[in-house]
Amino acid sequence: MSAAAKIRFENVEKRFALRGGEHVALGGLSFEVGAGEFFCIVGPSGCGKTTLLRIAAGLDAPTSGSVTIAHGEGERPENAMVFQGESIFPWMTVRENASYGLRMRGAPRTQIDEVVGHYLDRTGLNRFADAYPHQLSGGMKQRVSIARAFACDPEVLLMDEPFSALDEQNRTLLQEELLRIWDETKKTVVFITHSVDEAVTLGDRIMIMGADRGLPKAFVDVPFSRPRSVLELRATPEYGRLFYDIWAQLRDEIRAPGAEVA
Amino acid sequence: MGEATRDRILSVASPVALFVLWEIAARWHWIDTRFFPPPTSIARTFGEMIANGTLLSNTLTTLGRLAIGIVVGGVPALLLGLAMGLYRPIYALVDPLISATYPIPKSAILPLILLVFGLGEPSKIAMVAIGMFYPVVINTAAGVRQIDRIYFDVGTNFGARGWAVFRTIAFPGALPVIMTGVKLGVGLALILIAIAEMVGAQSGLGYLLWNAWQILQVNVMYVGLITIAVIGFVLTVLLNEIERLLIPSRTRR
Repeated sequence: MSAAAKIRFENVEKRFALRGGEHVALGGLSFEVGAGEFFCIVGPSGCGKTTLLRIAAGLDAPTSGSVTIAHGEGERPENAMVFQGESIFPWMTVRENASYGLRMRGAPRTQIDEVVGHYLDRTGLNRFADAYPHQLSGGMKQRVSIARAFACDPEVLLMDEPFSALDEQNRTLLQEELLRIWDETKKTVVFITHSVDEAVTLGDRIMIMGADRGLPKAFVDVPFSRPRSVLELRATPEYGRLFYDIWAQLRDEIRAPGAEVA
Repeated sequence: MGEATRDRILSVASPVALFVLWEIAARWHWIDTRFFPPPTSIARTFGEMIANGTLLSNTLTTLGRLAIGIVVGGVPALLLGLAMGLYRPIYALVDPLISATYPIPKSAILPLILLVFGLGEPSKIAMVAIGMFYPVVINTAAGVRQIDRIYFDVGTNFGARGWAVFRTIAFPGALPVIMTGVKLGVGLALILIAIAEMVGAQSGLGYLLWNAWQILQVNVMYVGLITIAVIGFVLTVLLNEIERLLIPSRTRR
């Protein structure tokens, strides 16, 4: 592993047995994500993005290959995931949800209160700390999910289309908030999205995945400086150029016959 | 007068009217007072039975059997249901046994229970436990199985293992369904304890009812019936309150 690499995917392969054959979800991916890098993965639906992330999270096992996450100093979990759908526990309050990872690791109470308080503050959830999820909007629920992931201070943050269910305005707001929190922590992030827009806005580097056999098609560096302002960024011509380039590559994939196979 | 007030008055008025009508019908001998004694005379018997302590002692006996049986049947049912919901092999192993024995009317098991446990306390407790066991185990297993998979993924991802998965996900996630099972089980337990006490018991409200029939003390029979009805009502209120306390995410809207 190169010195600065935080996550290393090595020949990661995932096959599912189907009736009358086999489906190759991931056909042997190898790439590295640098420490402190905000790494985005875009690709058509069914290209294996989520499978890849679940393998990195340890929720699924690869058929072959491996994912290695480098450990920094201190005792901390390897990864924390922000899930795509509603994933905060309906039977816990916002505070109980946000502190879940720390509590499961048996962190001392004072530390839990301090860290969770900080992230509830950063996500604007302080007022809702004792509310239950059914009292919150979709955007608020995803904020809880983000606070929960950041609060347990993992080596790597894994995000699986966390904003895909939100409306345009909320998505933009949450992207800005995520960038702000991320700027403070400089965590290594692997962020999956089907939105080119979102990948260009958030990422340092983007991997475009092909529709067929779940292989990387191209890696694109995002040249924008940080801290970024989502709106101002989108007003620049460079943004439009990059958006267009990536879309052009992705369009071929969506048209590819493999994309029809979910 | 608001609609709510009117409805409340109406729902109090209907039983009162029934009692008044019953009283008049009994006094004027429109109905056979051997079977339907006037409510005032039932009330008098009620007072006497409270005064001489027979009502309290029989009620406490029944409540004690209920309480022990509910715990003896409910706790294993809860644990087994959680295990069945979480682990497919356990479900595959146990579910056929439960499905096969569940349809047997619980009251029909009484002779077998008497044979096995004898006429003493254990047979009464066993009947209550059986009544409690089935609804709780079935609802707990179903309750855990309906929890969205994503919550278990979250648990795994954030380091919940073993008992913590039970405590933070399976149990609270299934709790609304479990409570439905507990309510059904307690209702069934009340029916079964009354039946069990009628056969071969020397105490309890079921015994009181059966004995009253044998010596044709119709007033006492009514007192027993009313007492059981009150117990059922109080248990329902109590369980609703417990549910409200245990599942705050449901009630705080």
